[in-house]
Amino acid sequence: MNSNILGVINLIHESDEMETLTASRCLATVPFGARFRLIDFTLSSMVNSGITKVGVFAHTKYRSLIDHLGSGKHWDLQHRQSGLFIMPPVTDDVNEVRRGDLYHFYQHRDYFTRSTQEYVLITRSHMICNIDFDAMLASHKASGADITVVTKVQPELFGGKARKLQIDERGRVTAMQDHYGRLESDLISMEMYLMRKELLLELVDTSLAQGQDHLVRHAIMSRVNQLHIQSYEYEGYLGVVNTLNSYYKNSMQLLRPDVWKSLFFEPGPIYTKVKDEPPARYAEGAKTSNSLVANGCVIEGTVINSILFRGVHVHKGAVVRNSIVMQNGIIGEHSFVDHVILDKDVTVEQGRELRGAEVSPFLAVKRKVI
Amino acid sequence: MGRKRMVAMLLAGGEGKRLGVLTKDLAKPAVHFGGKYRIIDFTLSNCAHSGIDTIGVLTQYQPLVLNTYLGIGSPWGLDRRDGGMAILPPYVKQKGGMWYKGTANAIYQNMGFIDRYDPDYVLVISGDHIYKMDYELMLKEHEERGADVTIACIEVGWKEASRFGIMHVDDDGAITDFEEKPKVPTSNLASMGIYIFSWQVLQQYLVRDEANRLSGNDFGKDVIPAMLQDGVKLQSYTFNGYWKDVGTLESLWEANMDLLSEKPALDLNDRDWRIYSVNPNRPAHYSAATADIADSLITEGCIIEGLVHRSVLFYGVQSGIDSQVRESVIMPNVKIGKGARIYRAIIGEGAIIGDGAVIGSPDNSSVTVIGSDEFVNATHSLQEVEQS
Repeated sequence: MNSNILGVINLIHESDEMETLTASRCLATVPFGARFRLIDFTLSSMVNSGITKVGVFAHTKYRSLIDHLGSGKHWDLQHRQSGLFIMPPVTDDVNEVRRGDLYHFYQHRDYFTRSTQEYVLITRSHMICNIDFDAMLASHKASGADITVVTKVQPELFGGKARKLQIDERGRVTAMQDHYGRLESDLISMEMYLMRKELLLELVDTSLAQGQDHLVRHAIMSRVNQLHIQSYEYEGYLGVVNTLNSYYKNSMQLLRPDVWKSLFFEPGPIYTKVKDEPPARYAEGAKTSNSLVANGCVIEGTVINSILFRGVHVHKGAVVRNSIVMQNGIIGEHSFVDHVILDKDVTVEQGRELRGAEVSPFLAVKRKVI
Repeated sequence: MGRKRMVAMLLAGGEGKRLGVLTKDLAKPAVHFGGKYRIIDFTLSNCAHSGIDTIGVLTQYQPLVLNTYLGIGSPWGLDRRDGGMAILPPYVKQKGGMWYKGTANAIYQNMGFIDRYDPDYVLVISGDHIYKMDYELMLKEHEERGADVTIACIEVGWKEASRFGIMHVDDDGAITDFEEKPKVPTSNLASMGIYIFSWQVLQQYLVRDEANRLSGNDFGKDVIPAMLQDGVKLQSYTFNGYWKDVGTLESLWEANMDLLSEKPALDLNDRDWRIYSVNPNRPAHYSAATADIADSLITEGCIIEGLVHRSVLFYGVQSGIDSQVRESVIMPNVKIGKGARIYRAIIGEGAIIGDGAVIGSPDNSSVTVIGSDEFVNATHSLQEVEQS
């Protein structure tokens, strides 16, 4: 059965406080969790919920996005009909690229009008979760709301930034503010909005005609009283990853087995681009403790409280502590790293010592040799 | 349909009787190997790296898991418009179905498939061996020598020579004598079961062999000896790399252990020759504070809380606190309870080893095997569930 939901992953004006992790890639493709990219969580949730048509609105620095998503086959989104669509900005004037998401939706309105799905789900890529959107649709229909937003009570954001909400006893949203607002509430928006496609197109036209071009800030937040916006509370694990600090802290949360078991498996598996790496190889004398190790790694040294992406090589006598080492990182013999984030293809040469702090991990850019 | 220079025919119907419980519901080529692979991945990856894009996979025995696994060949780059992978089970004909009678008969029954591509050469391989080989180099030698048939061969230990097709070659590598599984081998040069035939010559012999009612329709026993007798030009191609027939539980266990040496003869980490497989989509494995892992291969999706030394763990294995796994091969999704001990064993997919159970023993020289989905608890801990 094909889902009646059209999925949209909106990457227009994503927040960008990830320092050099987003120097040459968009937030959606920041590597996360030893073998994934941020976008994998939302995309897999959509697929596991039976959504067969997903449009990804790319904005800037999207080479890595196209490389990662490819034809969509790794998420089973390579279909005869529907499947995955990547939509970069369409405009005659480069200045228009800066405009808000409603403008870009308008430019791609054919995508919406040609789709047969009755509902549209608009999400971002930086909410690390595993969610059933089919259940959300059922709740949306039952409440008779105009828009349903996924929410979560999240007192600890680990430095991540999220909009705050207030709801009444029936779950209807009564107030909504950006992260810096004074609204006192632990209930946050997961930036996932479900509505009829017709309503979205109407909001696009009306808002643009009124000189407003941001979906949430303008079209939705200014209509909290006119539209019935209903909260749908998500129960599973959530990480809000849009600052470097929240990236580091939420990564470290994955070392809790209960988080690992729920986030990666329930209600469905998280998919990513396949790399054909062999199993991780532990040499004699290797030591690991409380760590995530992806396939293709070779461990000859010591790894403690750390996350190793695919193809990382920890040489003899090296110690990796409280750190995140991305794909193909090389940790040279007898080197020592603590509280660091190494982007892809970083080499730490023999005998080097690198120390960051928990509140401010040391970050090395892609391909750096230290 | 475009012409193809060489079409590969992969014999994947092996029953694998000597693998015991591991092949109860599984064809031998589909048996798990090396932490995330199945045996057939090695041959298919060889094809992919040798630039072969048209492969017929001949299945017969317990094909369900194998067929599902192969799909349309996408993981090996074989989902192609022209050619690609075709699964070829025995056909049901007007007069009823016919099982593949032997290796040669399997190819005979699929001559129509090969003819569609009008190839110059046919590569016949099997899905039972672990090795990395560039068939393109073998074809080059076949052409340079002007051979009708080229058979890949490797030197094996004298003790195991009687398990193979054994050949004698002259100084130029021409095959002068060939004997299938001789009781008393007179040479230790073994056929690897990899043949390149010039299609015209093979066609002729397949038809003749089929007409011969006394023939067992087998390449090693019937077709090759008949060719030798007629003076067809048979050439050997000597292979020097790692090659292992994993037909027995002992050799399957050994081949897995071979992957663990510091510089393994078969390097899975070689980026220029990746072994492709259907990837199981699991998160990175978690190694707990209590874990002690050394000299081992651990695959994604595992949770390790106990000791794992000199072992190969497939995806989704869970090892409990205070458990010990030594010199063992643990297939996918096995659960190992707290304090369980596993020595020198092969544990089949999905088996559950209860808390405190003991399997094998440290001074056991033979390999203990637990079948898929079996449950072993502490009270009926087995010294030897099945001897290889």
